[in-house]
Amino acid sequence: MRRVGDVLLLLAGLGAVWLALNALAGSDAIAGPGETFRHMQTMAARPDFARHLAETGTAFLQALAYACLGGLAIGLWLGFHRLSGEVAEPILVALYSLPKVTLYPVVLLIFGLGMPAKVAFGAIHGVIPVAIFAMNAVRNIDPTLLRTARALRLDLRQTVATVLVPAALPEIVSGLRIGFSLTLLGVLIGEMFASKRGLGFLVINAVGLNDTRTIMAVAVMLFTFAAIANALLLALDRRLHRRGETA
Amino acid sequence: MTRLGWLRLGVVAALIGLLEALCRMGAIGRLTMIPPSDMAVALVKLLQDPKMLRHIGETLRNVAVALVLALAFGFVAGVVIRALPRLRRALEPLLATWYAVPFFMFYPLLIVIFGLGDLPVIMVGFLFAVVAMIVATLNGLDRVPRVLGKVARVHRLNGAARALLIDLPCAAPYLLTGAKLALAYSFIGVIASEFIMSGSGLGHEIAFAYNNFDNRTMYGLMLLVIVLVTAANMALHVYEQRQLRKRSRG
Repeated sequence: MRRVGDVLLLLAGLGAVWLALNALAGSDAIAGPGETFRHMQTMAARPDFARHLAETGTAFLQALAYACLGGLAIGLWLGFHRLSGEVAEPILVALYSLPKVTLYPVVLLIFGLGMPAKVAFGAIHGVIPVAIFAMNAVRNIDPTLLRTARALRLDLRQTVATVLVPAALPEIVSGLRIGFSLTLLGVLIGEMFASKRGLGFLVINAVGLNDTRTIMAVAVMLFTFAAIANALLLALDRRLHRRGETA
Repeated sequence: MTRLGWLRLGVVAALIGLLEALCRMGAIGRLTMIPPSDMAVALVKLLQDPKMLRHIGETLRNVAVALVLALAFGFVAGVVIRALPRLRRALEPLLATWYAVPFFMFYPLLIVIFGLGDLPVIMVGFLFAVVAMIVATLNGLDRVPRVLGKVARVHRLNGAARALLIDLPCAAPYLLTGAKLALAYSFIGVIASEFIMSGSGLGHEIAFAYNNFDNRTMYGLMLLVIVLVTAANMALHVYEQRQLRKRSRG
């Protein structure tokens, strides 16, 4: 019940800021909530909207899959192999902080215009945080757990299934949560810059036409989607962390 | 430098060497990427061009302003939000989803509010960086050991003394992490909005070069961005290591 109150409080706050900006800057700069939601309905009824949505959705899911699998593979390897981990960590952190938009032309030159470039760009954004968190997760596993596994003569499969995965999972899920956000951001930026389809294209087109209703409508949709997905992952994250503490 | 440092340098050098070889042998086409050595040559030439120096200076200034604003505002906001648990619980989903929404889409709104010029770009950088600092501040203050709070009470410290002698030093490593992230994000925000929207600055010059098939300028400037960000990061990293060593000695 308290949580519902928190969400309502946040929504009320955001709504107030929105209305204030609308009153301050006028509808030419930012469409108000009423017209945005009305416009959202007309947008959703248009047949090409489903196509844009599907395009972004497909690109995002593919990018997320690459980011998660790639990030986990890199992170687990660097976590288990101590020397490569120590050599690679600062390099990873440096890569993480690069403004990757500047590298977008390279991605376009390599992958060409279209879907593969978007997917690659999203995956580039998401893969590094996943890798960093997975690496730290493995590194921070309590050595006594591993010694216990050896004392109990668990074989490799048992060690992975009953010791390593449960111990590292909470941190890995935290990494996936950040990877999720950044992958979405990457795909959208990719679409904004060089694409003729997808939500990012809708937005950048609307920016060009100063169609503030579309900008706000897409912003609301994106935020809602990201917030719900994040809340689910956060709940999972908390449950895993709590289980780790009580066990 | 330590053995690890040399090893790291070797790995990076080997990767660059590999890229150079692939480009020189033609495995990577000239239109896709120019060899790294050519990038360096292009960069040196660009740095002698006064017009380019103006763009670079403009971007660096915008990043610096966005960063300072984000650090100051983020820290204060973090302290305030932590003092109000109700507000914090309500804001948490917003802070968690912040980085999934591309802020450049609000550029038209920012132009109306802040006018044409540098301010909208700075605001995007600030909006991007500030949340990292807020989250880091919250994290840092959360990790102050409870026993130290009791120590403060035993010594009858007042609020200001407690903040200065206990909370701030305890939270410092987290604040530094936040500063590192804020640096990265203000670079990303400023350069990305220049890239997509603005008519000047480093980001715009890269986009302009890309649109004109001017690979030399484009790669030269990319190299500059990479070098700048990495150098700033390394400086913070070295400072952090030194602080950690001091702490473990003390």
